[in-house]
Amino acid sequence: MIWLTFRQFRAQAIAALAALALLAVAYGTTGSHLVHLYNASGMRGCGSGPACLSRASTFIDAMKADQVYPALFFVGIVILVILPAIIGAFWGAPLVARELETGTYRLAWNQDVTRTRWMAIKLAGVGLAAIATSGLLSLLFSWWAGPINAAGGFPNNFSQFVRMTPLMFASQGIVPAAWAVLAFVIGVVAGILVRRTIAAMAITIVVVALLQFLWPSYVRPHLLTPDRATAPITAVSLNSMLVSSHNAVTVAINQPGTAQLPGAWVVGDKSVTPSGRQFFLPGTATSVCAKGSEQQCQDWIASHHLTQVVDYLPASSFWPLQWTEAGLLLVLAVGLGGIATWRIRRLLT
Amino acid sequence: MPSLSLKKAIHSSQPAGPMVSAAIEASNLGREYGSHWALQDCTLNIPVGRVTGLVGPNGAGKTTLLNLATGMLRPTAGSIRVLGGAPGRGTEQLRKVGFVAQDTPVYAGLSVADHLKLGQHLNARWDGDLAASRISELKLDPRRKAGRMSGGQRAQLALTMALARRPELLILDEPVARLDPLARMEFLEGLAQAAAGRQMSVVMSSHLVSDLERICDYLVVLVAARIQIAGPVTDVLGRHHLVSGPSVDRSGLPAEAEIIAAVRNLGQTTVLVRAASAPQHQAWTVTRPSLEDVVLAYMSRAGQGTAEGPATQGTEMEAAR
Repeated sequence: MIWLTFRQFRAQAIAALAALALLAVAYGTTGSHLVHLYNASGMRGCGSGPACLSRASTFIDAMKADQVYPALFFVGIVILVILPAIIGAFWGAPLVARELETGTYRLAWNQDVTRTRWMAIKLAGVGLAAIATSGLLSLLFSWWAGPINAAGGFPNNFSQFVRMTPLMFASQGIVPAAWAVLAFVIGVVAGILVRRTIAAMAITIVVVALLQFLWPSYVRPHLLTPDRATAPITAVSLNSMLVSSHNAVTVAINQPGTAQLPGAWVVGDKSVTPSGRQFFLPGTATSVCAKGSEQQCQDWIASHHLTQVVDYLPASSFWPLQWTEAGLLLVLAVGLGGIATWRIRRLLT
Repeated sequence: MPSLSLKKAIHSSQPAGPMVSAAIEASNLGREYGSHWALQDCTLNIPVGRVTGLVGPNGAGKTTLLNLATGMLRPTAGSIRVLGGAPGRGTEQLRKVGFVAQDTPVYAGLSVADHLKLGQHLNARWDGDLAASRISELKLDPRRKAGRMSGGQRAQLALTMALARRPELLILDEPVARLDPLARMEFLEGLAQAAAGRQMSVVMSSHLVSDLERICDYLVVLVAARIQIAGPVTDVLGRHHLVSGPSVDRSGLPAEAEIIAAVRNLGQTTVLVRAASAPQHQAWTVTRPSLEDVVLAYMSRAGQGTAEGPATQGTEMEAAR
């Protein structure tokens, strides 16, 4: 059965190996030069402190000077983020759907091998291939992006693309492998349910994309208990002020006068009055912020003696969060795999 | 006729001392799809060692019955046991039964050699020599992808895969339905040769009697979801008589006789009668019907919906109603 699993998977395996080899060359060659830039900037063994911050920006500037690095940085993120949906659609969805569509399941299920074993070995075999492919690619990209991570992340307006931000988190470490195997099993289940390869592929892409989109908002923040930081809101910190559509006022982190949480992922940020209530701008047309200047508005807000309250997962929680998320995704994948096997035993009967 | 000698060769090799006496044993078996019964009140006892022809028009429920026998379907009503076991349950049962499903499915992307390797990896009793010699006899190129082969070649490959598993019971669902006459004959001869001298029961369905006539010694006629007649071919033929004359009616027939079908043509009436012995009448000509005559008579009777009844069984051939 293992032989058949890999014989039927051969074309996909060759395509995956070819893609991996291509990416290994692209990231392997540029990655070593990125390390060279990192060392040349004096970042290596620098630790922390103001001197290192300037060396970090030297390195980041040198990196950005060659357009290849920013391009590879974002291409890597995109590939690793869409890889689960691709694996789910091209490896998962056809796994059973094609057998059902072409009628070959009637050949496969009338050998000595029981349907349970047939499904279990197919799930395990191709599932491990999904983990290996995505894991190797993530390993490659994590190594490549290592110097950028160490220098505080890729600059982005008010903040940086650090490892803890949603897109970066899903494209480094072990989480990509767990997403790949879950997406693969989602594809298999979709194929069993709709019994049409093309329809199952489309459903898989939609379901995986939706899950990836909702996950950082609704699941990931609750995987670990966040830390809380507070900082007084002053006229200085209000320079990075943001007002939400329902008039909530927040100030960014890591800006002058705000909470300093380098590399952290903020899961909650609000401004609180001395009495402990969240602060909102008055929505009336006669208020200072509606008719006054920006400076008048900021001065008026500052006079309320607000406190910035930030719930965050620090940079140091990267690996605990990776293991927790990967574990949860793996449990979901195994559970769905069990459902797939159970459905196969009862299918068409 | 080579098929006649083949027939003899098959039937001279009945299993000696079989553990189970029934290849397929069904009792009030039924399968419902929505509110439509694909198979109903099917009671059947096909002995081991037989080559059984399951015949009936398209949509009669043949595939449903065979899928129930292989465990590809579960019954809605009644029960079915195959070689004494529950169909499709567990490796032991799977090992005993070979199945060539409808349209003889094979993997289009895999070569002939790949299919044989598949069989070897997935089956404990795989007979690689048998498979290899059949492939070379058939002059199939082992490197050829199954998707590039003709329907006849695909059917032969599927048959080879089923035979090399050395099943005790081989079930084939309309294996020749889509084949041209030559490929059809080659397939049936291949099947007859393979079954000859082997302790293997065969159940094969077709909508054409002529396909089954050459190799079968047991007959099951299935029409409109119900079994019309089942029994050894010799018994079936021995108990049916073709009676023709200017007018044939019940009054001249023995009391136990039953008219299965009647045809009137140019003042001549021909009637298929079921009776233990041939009816005697001076104005009638009584001849032995062919298997096709019998099968067509039951098909047309059931098709008219006049005499649907529970299954007739075994050698007794009891009148249903």
